Amino acid sequence: MLLSIENLHACVEENEILRGVSLQIRAGEIHALMGRNGSGKSTLSKVIAGHPAYTVTAGGIHYRGQDLLALSPEDRARSGVFLGFQYPVEIPGVSNLEFLRVSCNARRQRRGQEELDTFAFEDHVRETMAIVQMDPAFLERSVNEGFSGGEKKRNEILQMALLEPLVAILDETDSGLDIDALRIVANGVRRLALPTTATLLITHYQRLLDAITPDFVHVMAEGRILRTGDKDLAMALEQRGYDWIDETNGSDTRQP
Amino acid sequence: MSSAAAVEALNKTPYRYGFVTNIETEKISKGLDESVVRLISSKKQEPDFMRQFRLKAYAQWQTMAEPDWAALRYPAIDYQDIVYYSAPRQKEQKASLEEVDPALLETFDKLGIPLSEQKRLSNVAVDAVFDSVSIATTYKQKLAEHGVVFCSMGEAIKDHPELVERYLGSVVPIGDNFFAALNSAVFSDGSFVYIPKGVQCPMELSTYFRINSDDAGQFERTLIIAEERASVSYLEGCTAPMFDTNQLHAAVVELVALDDASIKYSTVQNWYAGDENGKGGIYNFVTKRGLCKGRRSRISWTQVETGSAITWKYPGCVLRGRDSVGEFYSVALTNHHQQADTGAKMVHIGPGSRSTVISKGISSGHSANSYRGLVHMGPQARGARNFSQCDSMLIGDQAAANTHPYIQSRQPEATVEHEASTCNISEDQLFYLQSRGIEPEAAVSMLVSGFCRDVFNQLPMEFAAEADKLLALKLEGSVG
Ligand SMILES: Nc1ncnc2c1ncn2[C@@H]1O[C@H](COP(=O)(O)OP(=O)(O)O)[C@@H](O)[C@H]1O
Ligand SMILES: [Mg+2]
Repeated sequence: MLLSIENLHACVEENEILRGVSLQIRAGEIHALMGRNGSGKSTLSKVIAGHPAYTVTAGGIHYRGQDLLALSPEDRARSGVFLGFQYPVEIPGVSNLEFLRVSCNARRQRRGQEELDTFAFEDHVRETMAIVQMDPAFLERSVNEGFSGGEKKRNEILQMALLEPLVAILDETDSGLDIDALRIVANGVRRLALPTTATLLITHYQRLLDAITPDFVHVMAEGRILRTGDKDLAMALEQRGYDWIDETNGSDTRQP
Repeated sequence: MSSAAAVEALNKTPYRYGFVTNIETEKISKGLDESVVRLISSKKQEPDFMRQFRLKAYAQWQTMAEPDWAALRYPAIDYQDIVYYSAPRQKEQKASLEEVDPALLETFDKLGIPLSEQKRLSNVAVDAVFDSVSIATTYKQKLAEHGVVFCSMGEAIKDHPELVERYLGSVVPIGDNFFAALNSAVFSDGSFVYIPKGVQCPMELSTYFRINSDDAGQFERTLIIAEERASVSYLEGCTAPMFDTNQLHAAVVELVALDDASIKYSTVQNWYAGDENGKGGIYNFVTKRGLCKGRRSRISWTQVETGSAITWKYPGCVLRGRDSVGEFYSVALTNHHQQADTGAKMVHIGPGSRSTVISKGISSGHSANSYRGLVHMGPQARGARNFSQCDSMLIGDQAAANTHPYIQSRQPEATVEHEASTCNISEDQLFYLQSRGIEPEAAVSMLVSGFCRDVFNQLPMEFAAEADKLLALKLEGSVG
């Protein structure tokens, strides 16, 4: 088991947002996580990545058999957990190139690879940018500053490609993308989906799942996973909406 | 880790420059009166005009009171408990570097400022000042070929008395303020630069100030003159040993730019700041002012202030020339119990004069960081413009930041724009960097240097990276 989430409860201040999430992800699998706005999808992803705003009150997460919650956010990233943010923040004044280099080297160091100096890294990042069809001009800019929504999402995919994670969580990376950008993102994700890695796609749209076929589809509501199925579940949702899940509530919560 | 919690564990920032050099010094006894002023002047074998300058300044100083309007708190300074003359004992006239005490050369080596021929910084000429006495100036010969004079103030008084007499005190009058008057009476040494007409100084000039003594006050005097169409870029760096007592540093810097001349003056100030409980550190009371005397002249101050227990410093430009330009780019970082009250003074006299002020204050720990700036538009300053931007960043919830802009306008056709902002290091920015494998300390210093980018871009290339590293070092221990 690559990532195993067991009965996870998490809250912000006094509010419980995750109310017992369980999810098992094996190497080689692609999972889709769907659900209404506010159901707790982003919260789940941020708890996995270690955001300090959330307190885990019960349950746990194991990553490659290790207690993930015991690790600092930077340690999680270095050991191969990646979160592509729904809303990547802008960091004025910090060069994207420098940020990507420091980040990439932190991961490389953990994997026992040599660190890349400025020149070597620039070659490496330019090659990688070609995959996400991103203009190298974005290297000169400040991290995400003034990037359009689509450009920010591509920058997230670029980071994923550079960090070569074992578990990649992409939080609505497809939202707000035009058809071309969506295709680029989907290609990027497909390229990086290996037998040794796993992907958790948080999405509202069938069109991403047409490009990347998920092995499992989960539907989240009020901080729990209500329903798990295969790609047909996503298709049914697309046609019938989340109300349909509410009506058939909880009848099928088997775990993969 | 939350950024608030992160700051809890403020701990010892290692200060790399805290060592003391064991060297024989010539010191006079503590205390100040007229005979001490005369003694300093005679030890330096000064001409009569200098002695008069000092005595006049001393007389003025005695009638003045220490300013109390800054947002700074420190115990009263006992001016009779300070040594006013201390110099490393060495041969009077050093014909070459080989005659400089090896202990001094070694000190500067350790500070990363090698002075010996083989190891010198390329394309940067350095005047090394040790306890307020210039011990060596590199590349003098090469500069002389261009007519550039770069030497200690002491040498300038001997070799170029007419220039010194004409310009010394012309920008910062001896009675300008309490600390300037004190400096004018007792200053020991400093750097002198003269760039003749039409000459672009072929290399970066730099003075490195090193305080070594624990009971001597430090009073340097710097004078830079750029004649018509001349230009120069100058950098000063400062460090001091760690003592648990405080040392007074009261320097004066005067710049004069004639028609179409330009002077760029950069400072990387890293005096010892005291320990994490606020014990020790330098009291830094400095007067820096540039006179844009000529038309279209330009003076630019760039400062990265990270050290000192107390900083009291308001670099300014007097924009007398028509269409002259004044600039001030500042990063002031305070940590632990440091206090800084600093900002720019832009005095617009000439029509069409322009000035820009960009100030970035970062306060961490229990420190206090105030921006205090003045923009004055005189009655003749038709069409003059000022733009000021003061941004403060708070790290943790124990630090304080304040902005006090003073705007005086006696010219309706002058424009003054002031923008100010305060932000905290955002938890989401910090988390974003951490979630990419970057450690919190590195992340904070990345965010801080991003915040300061506009100012760092103004630093001479050779020093921009240095400033970045310095900030990172200073912030060490500001996150747990
Ligand atoms: N940092 C936070 N502070 C307060 N409330 C939060 C915070 N993060 C999430 N929430 C609340 O938790 C719920 C789930 O949000 P989220 O995980 O973003 O949902 P989704 O991604 O499924 O749209 C929402 O009601 C949201 O307002
Ligand atoms: Mg969301």
